[in-house]
Amino acid sequence: MTVALFVPCYIDQLYPDVAIATLEVLERLGVDVAYPDGQTCCGQPMANTGCETDTAPVARRLVDLFADFDAVVCPSGSCVSMVRNHYAAYFDAEDAKFQHVTSKTYELCEYLHDVVGVTHLDVKFPHRVSLHQSCHGLRELRLGQSSESMTPRENKVRKLLNLVDGIEWVEPDRPDDCCGFGGTFAVNEADVSAEMGRARIADHCDKGSEVLASADMSCLMHLQGLIRREKNPIQVMHVAQILSGRPLGAA
Amino acid sequence: MKPTLADTDARQGILDRINTKHVDIPPLPDVDVDRVIQFDQPIEKFVEMLAMVGGQAHQVESQGEVRALLEEIDVFRTATRIVSSAPESIAGTIDATQIEDPHHLSTVDWTIARGEFMVAENGSIWIDGDTLPHRVLLFIAQYLAIVVPRSQIVSNMHQAYERIDNFSARFGVFVSGPSKTADIEQSLVLGAHGCRKLQVFIVDDL
Amino acid sequence: MLPIVQHPAAAKEFVNDPNRSRWHDQALWFVRSKRDKQAASLPEWEYLRETASGIKTHTIANLSHYLQEFERNATARGAVVHWARDAEHHNEIVLRILHDHKTKRIVKSKSMLTEECGLNHFLEDNGIDVVDTDLGERIVQLRGETPSHIVLPAIHIKKEEVGDTFHEHLGTDEGASDPKYLAEAARGHLRDKFLAGEIGITGVNFAIAETGGLVVCTNEGNADLGTSLPRVHIACMGIEKLLPRQRDLGVFTRLLARSATGQPITSYTSHFNGPRDENSELHIVLVDNGRSRLRESETFRAAMHCIRCGACMNTCPVYRRSGGHSYRATVPGPIGSVLSPTRDQNSYKSLPYACSLCGSCSDVCPVKIPLHHQLLAWRGELVGKKLLPVSKRLSMRCASYLFRFPALFRLVGQVGRFALRVLPRWATHNRLNVWTIARELPEPPKESFHQWHRRHRNH
Repeated sequence: MTVALFVPCYIDQLYPDVAIATLEVLERLGVDVAYPDGQTCCGQPMANTGCETDTAPVARRLVDLFADFDAVVCPSGSCVSMVRNHYAAYFDAEDAKFQHVTSKTYELCEYLHDVVGVTHLDVKFPHRVSLHQSCHGLRELRLGQSSESMTPRENKVRKLLNLVDGIEWVEPDRPDDCCGFGGTFAVNEADVSAEMGRARIADHCDKGSEVLASADMSCLMHLQGLIRREKNPIQVMHVAQILSGRPLGAA
Repeated sequence: MKPTLADTDARQGILDRINTKHVDIPPLPDVDVDRVIQFDQPIEKFVEMLAMVGGQAHQVESQGEVRALLEEIDVFRTATRIVSSAPESIAGTIDATQIEDPHHLSTVDWTIARGEFMVAENGSIWIDGDTLPHRVLLFIAQYLAIVVPRSQIVSNMHQAYERIDNFSARFGVFVSGPSKTADIEQSLVLGAHGCRKLQVFIVDDL
Repeated sequence: MLPIVQHPAAAKEFVNDPNRSRWHDQALWFVRSKRDKQAASLPEWEYLRETASGIKTHTIANLSHYLQEFERNATARGAVVHWARDAEHHNEIVLRILHDHKTKRIVKSKSMLTEECGLNHFLEDNGIDVVDTDLGERIVQLRGETPSHIVLPAIHIKKEEVGDTFHEHLGTDEGASDPKYLAEAARGHLRDKFLAGEIGITGVNFAIAETGGLVVCTNEGNADLGTSLPRVHIACMGIEKLLPRQRDLGVFTRLLARSATGQPITSYTSHFNGPRDENSELHIVLVDNGRSRLRESETFRAAMHCIRCGACMNTCPVYRRSGGHSYRATVPGPIGSVLSPTRDQNSYKSLPYACSLCGSCSDVCPVKIPLHHQLLAWRGELVGKKLLPVSKRLSMRCASYLFRFPALFRLVGQVGRFALRVLPRWATHNRLNVWTIARELPEPPKESFHQWHRRHRNH
């Protein structure tokens, strides 16, 4: 069984260490990982702007590229949700390749939790950590229970991080309020977006968190931009980096 | 006022537009009563919820105890204009059946009303409009007291609507606590337009 | 034609005043937290949502049948049922009833439908004295504003501002801002208005087809006072407010107040079956105003399930920080951003983008409207109608092109990262790069993952 690593465009270009950490975690757990050449983007920026005709060819490329693999794993809930929940608009429902890729694409934590069934990780992270739950991971992929929903769900991201030695959890007041990234929203509604992000950072900082961790680097790119500008005493890290044993400050 | 020709046209226009677009009709779901909350101690739940919504419950054995408890309340002792639909518990000072224009009830201090039954989950009481000479009495009095039999209680609103499935009165209301508002900075203030306070007497032998 | 709403610009002043936007955000989060507590108190919460959604889906599909059944039964109980095509027609019908009774003064309880129809202005222009009796609505009416929230009309106004308004209009003490004192003053002021009101106008929360009855829910008791003194009650409702059976209210009365304000039920849940007595009148105005058209859309039909609880506003992180007026629409927030473009796509085209697609609204909605998916669907419709600015369409066209050619993507990435490293800060962090107005750009790495992988894994 070969798993294809799907590296989102912005992670490839701006946060390569997140992809490296993802690859290392998977390899260490004995997963046979391939990195198919020629990957770019899932098409979400265009899709979320409503530009469907610009999305379609990008979506078809992705499906063609990954169709021959047993599964696809990606360290970004948002991109996985795009493939799983929104690709139907661009394919014939009967299209076998589409059916395969859309049903076999996993977010990293989801794959480790549901498919690999990880119970042990030999890594340490002796720090105060707070979790930023990305909206798409939470409400589109259901990696945990959103605070509005009364349907009990286990929190897969947190469960995985609990396998890491030394993490001291810090709880923000609002467990899953949006950080305000939202793709092009961050630029279209720049004022509101920044205010949303500042509120998240303040909530995590006030509780004494050293590391704001998330399974979605896009949220963290936005939050990190604000943290650096306002010189807040907190750092961001992708969950994959913590799971792979990176020290504090790797992002 | 009779509808005009334009109104008749509007009616037909709206219905035609709806009828032109056929939409598949899924079945109308019913609530499975086994899947909704029920309380082993509904009276306790009712009392707890009534307190939460700003009302006060008094559990008494007989109607005779109602007056004594009301007399402990300053604004009752000083009240002069009282209308009662539960004369067995407490007599009124005004006979509202003799008043034709509800505007003349604007100075009523207290209304004592009869409740048909309680709903435990939300502290509400169903009042049948036919038990009142004027429905405004529930809303215009400065203070409201409701007398309700202890035996008459349901756990939830599904059971409540089962009970009133064929109620024929022109008016009926679930009252849950006194009137209230939080329209100024989300600060809860009791006594918006209706009663300032609500006393509920849960009577054993009613 | 309506002016074009630019949400980002309309929100700017509110969001950039931290005293205002953070206070507003906290107030609404408080309401949402109360809702969470109430929802969690019922193990059947999600089952109720599912059932409510099923009842609404059934009713809207079979709407013609239920409207006629309602009309028949309401008429049999002595009510007069009117049908209004649109807002203007609705307003004319109401004015005609007022003229028939030679009425000059009316008392109104909260009705988002009459806000949608602009009834107050219309009646005032026709010489009618209109008094909104919901405290929040009275505050905004005295201030010459509109509600900024469908359940909490004055949520954007601070108590000191209410104090100023009441000092001016009701003669309260100057500088007084205690909510209890102000509410008491309003009680006295509005009592007089209630006693002087010649006709009471209310909205409708639910109309029951099998009984022809109406249900109105309030906390203040204003709908009840307003309709139990005058002889004439006019109830205005959208055609989507119907429920087939009285027992369906069991589901909806359990969901409404819990979702709206975190109360287990409203203080008063009043059931009106026909007029008060033989000498009274009940007029029910059924209003279409675009609803039958909305029903035709497979994508947006579920928006007709809305019971106007406002939970999507309380939970929306954009609404909480930009304030209800930034939507320039009767119904703001997520549901408003779905509904407003159905009225005028061009005017409201920025609203579906005033959303980070966080999805909290869809999870909180008591009738399970897939709000964030509908907002996304709107974006596709707007682009299809060429209503997105050319600059944005063009940038997406370019991005699409870039992502179709991996070699080009890598080249542009490499050049971009190089530029970020070598260019002086003023060239990358300036007003033209909107990202950098409040944020730093990421520190560009020397190599992409693709390059790293070639060096380390490709043997």
